[in-house]
Amino acid sequence: MTGFPWLTVLIFLPLIGAVVLFTVKDSSVRLVALGITVADLLISLPLWWLFDASSGQMQFVEFARWIPTLSINYKLGLDGISLPLIIMTTVLMPLCVLISWHAIETRVRSFMAMLLIMESAMIGVFCALDFVLFYVFWEAMLIPMYLLIGVWGGPNRIYAAIKFFLYTLAGSVLLLVGILVLYFQGGHTFDILQLSQRSYGEALQIWIFFAFFAAFAVKVPMFPFHTWLPDAHVEAPTAGSVLLASVLLKMGTYGFLRFSLPMLPDASRLFTPLMVALSIVAIIYGAYMALAQADLKKLIAYSSVSHMGFVTLGLFMFNIQGIEGAVMQMVNHGITTGGLFLCVGMIYERTHSRQIADNIGLTKPMPRYATLLVIFALSSLGLPGTNSFVGEFMVLVGTFLWSKIAAALASLGIILAAAYLLWMIQRVAFGIPAAHVLPKLRDLNLREMVTLVPLAVLIFVIGLFPNPVLTRMHMSVEKVIARVIPLPQEETSALNQQVPSSTQQGLTANVDLTISRGTTSSRLADLSTKEHRP
Amino acid sequence: MTFSVGDLFLILPELLVITAACVVLVLDPVLRGPSKDSLVWVSLGTLAICMGLTASQVSGPTAIFSGLVIIDAYGAFWKLLLYFVTGLTILLSYSYLKEERLYFGEYYGFILLALAGMMVMVSADDLLTIYLGTELMSLSLYVMTGLKREEPRSLEASAKYFVLGAFSSGILLYGISLLYGATGSTRLPEIATVIAGQGLSDPLLLFSTILLAVGFGFKLAVVPFHMWTPDVYQGAPTSVTAFMAVASKAASFGAFLRVFIEGLGGLKANWSAIFLLLCIATLLIGNIVALIQTNVKRMLAYSSIAHAGYALIGVVAAGRMEGSSGIASVLLYLALYTFMTFGAFAIVAMLRKGNIEGEEIEDFTGLSKRHPLAALLMLIFMVSLAGIPPTAGFVGKLYIFKSAVEAGMTWLAALGLIFAAISAYFYLRLVMVMYMREPIDHSDTAPHVVMSPTLSIVLACTVAGVVIFGVYPNPLVSFTMQAVLILK
Repeated sequence: MTGFPWLTVLIFLPLIGAVVLFTVKDSSVRLVALGITVADLLISLPLWWLFDASSGQMQFVEFARWIPTLSINYKLGLDGISLPLIIMTTVLMPLCVLISWHAIETRVRSFMAMLLIMESAMIGVFCALDFVLFYVFWEAMLIPMYLLIGVWGGPNRIYAAIKFFLYTLAGSVLLLVGILVLYFQGGHTFDILQLSQRSYGEALQIWIFFAFFAAFAVKVPMFPFHTWLPDAHVEAPTAGSVLLASVLLKMGTYGFLRFSLPMLPDASRLFTPLMVALSIVAIIYGAYMALAQADLKKLIAYSSVSHMGFVTLGLFMFNIQGIEGAVMQMVNHGITTGGLFLCVGMIYERTHSRQIADNIGLTKPMPRYATLLVIFALSSLGLPGTNSFVGEFMVLVGTFLWSKIAAALASLGIILAAAYLLWMIQRVAFGIPAAHVLPKLRDLNLREMVTLVPLAVLIFVIGLFPNPVLTRMHMSVEKVIARVIPLPQEETSALNQQVPSSTQQGLTANVDLTISRGTTSSRLADLSTKEHRP
Repeated sequence: MTFSVGDLFLILPELLVITAACVVLVLDPVLRGPSKDSLVWVSLGTLAICMGLTASQVSGPTAIFSGLVIIDAYGAFWKLLLYFVTGLTILLSYSYLKEERLYFGEYYGFILLALAGMMVMVSADDLLTIYLGTELMSLSLYVMTGLKREEPRSLEASAKYFVLGAFSSGILLYGISLLYGATGSTRLPEIATVIAGQGLSDPLLLFSTILLAVGFGFKLAVVPFHMWTPDVYQGAPTSVTAFMAVASKAASFGAFLRVFIEGLGGLKANWSAIFLLLCIATLLIGNIVALIQTNVKRMLAYSSIAHAGYALIGVVAAGRMEGSSGIASVLLYLALYTFMTFGAFAIVAMLRKGNIEGEEIEDFTGLSKRHPLAALLMLIFMVSLAGIPPTAGFVGKLYIFKSAVEAGMTWLAALGLIFAAISAYFYLRLVMVMYMREPIDHSDTAPHVVMSPTLSIVLACTVAGVVIFGVYPNPLVSFTMQAVLILK
């Protein structure tokens, strides 16, 4: 596209920044780290407008030979799926630096360096178009995250760090095997786009699907593989929790969307019932667990399990509402849950407790804080007008097209979310304080307001005007769907095989909906689908 | 037997190393005090000259001394690697021996003699020449293992190493003699011709293959012939341990691959089954037993056993496919393994607790607070040993597992990767101890890293290798591919 290597700069600026950090004075470490993350944010923003929404192709592609003997290339690119995720990452990073301003007092330099290395790796994961390059970024993240949790974390940090590390590593070793098998089956290439265009035998697809599943499901985390998440979230420093919840979890779902669906369409269709079942279990189980938590961070951690269930559910619907809703939900969850974790971090700095019981009735002493907390919580429970409503609603519409029962079960998650979040707000914001300590609490200062307000603004911007995000991802999502469900005109034979009838209906709905797609139209979408139902 | 003076020029590196060894041994009693340092510079200078000479020999194969020795790119690859490791060992020993108060000039003499043995091993084209090289290397290492004369553990290690080493040499020699009986030659090309002619009709051939596998198994420290490794690695002076873990393993692999690929290539299907079993056993024992070690040297010993297991995956794959990419991956793996293992041992060697070595995992507690740089380097070596990108360890594993998948053994690649994930636990435990625990001991005898200029050079070289080849391995990969062409 343009000659400027946007993505390389975006990836390596933080990495170089991490090195530079070791040359500056102690007193200016925080400022320099902030400067670098803000610079990266400023570099990433033009991409939003330079991006050509009318094309589903990869844009800003960069290519260089890296290891020719194994045809591994340094290939980067953006499409409508990775663009919002990258912007979300660059938006969150300065906030992570800001929230750690006083929360981290020991080894600040190393801490900030770890955050910057994380940023490089995370952006790299979303940009990589070569499978080995992707894997390098994917794994490179483990060590900084391990150290973030293990060095700067809470009392039980060592256990949480090693658990996080081993779970994720064990999951991703099979990913590498899958990548190598695809290399030989797909014509000796690691190019993600080329690999996505080939067709593989069904048995092979099933094996590779499970190899990929192991890596991505642990990262998401999907239901039986989620046990690392509450530990890691609770023990990590606030910035670590934010990165884990907002960005790392998205890598799992991004992996499903970028690799499993387009490369292994037959296996993806075959395992849809399994994935849907696991997603719904995650939605309900996560919500129930959240209901029972007395620790704020644990509550949000389990709510993440529940919300990520919506994302995986939407992905495996293979219709435009489901997948676009899932991508929306990935971004939304990043913003909302990031905000909630920031809020918990701020209150922890004041009361040194994350227990709900210790933080009751904050509205009086901290009105600004309470307002923002309520905004984030309402967004998390999917109140119309906030961002999460858009994503969850689209996912539910997509699910409804596939199976009414699944949609009904999934919507239980929204009801439960309302329950645990409203109950939490009722106590934390509006409860009657235990009189002794709370009145002394200081309300948010400027730095803290700057940390939270951008996310709160984004919640409403996306909630009220989701179209800019949706239009950008639309063509890319359609491309994925065209891979998973072959288009009728060219693949009538494929439809005779194994496509479930409900998916077929979803497809018909898709075709009609491309005209009337959008936020306000999602309700229309629902109606129009009903009309099409036989 | 033909002999030409020109042949002597081709083995000039070997001759130079042996001459230097003799010079060092003779000069040692003559020199007093600080002037003994000159022995170090003599040794290093010799290595530099040899490196230049060998680098000019990276060319087509030339058989000399009636085919007893062969000069080719394959041998040159190993020799360059061995010079590099020997140079690092000498630099490390220079600081280490001072700390340990071991003043032996002959130490450097024995290192050079061991190197000469290894050079013979990797450029021999005849089983007896290989045997000679192996013995020269092993005898020097037996002595070096026992150099800490006051320490019973060192002497015990030396005795154990000697007994088991002699035993394995016997088995190797027995295998060689049986192979001679079956094929009528000890020269690898002739053995290959005979095997190509008659196949596996002679049971003697199979028996001798097994004996050779066992004999080399001892030298490579693969399970179940690994029993000596932890004790010897722990008891030997750490600089010697590093040398054994890296150089002796590399040279043994060099000779081993030439024997089995070039000489016994016709029996690929048979020996790859044997090595498949050895490989799985090695991965299992190496990685699992390392989990429960409390001594870093023992842990690294089991880790080096496990890494021989990964290299064997490449050997098994090479036995199951046409083309030489499997062997190339083994060469690459060992070259990359050199950097990370040597670096890790270098830090262990220079971690001092009072007058003795701090070699328990506990001694690394809170190292990042006192020596941030040393802790960071150890972190990089551990991450690389665990095979996590972007480090050399990952590149090595990528190529090894790629070969396994190429040979149709996806399950073996998956198994190897699962063991790699298990191994991450014990490598990361060291990182955890360094970074996540507070230093307990604040007295003068608290463990601390003794930095010195020579140690800095060693660490700079090794960490540069780990990082640079982790990010840009292409030159090394091309070199390995060129080196193995000759074996086909």
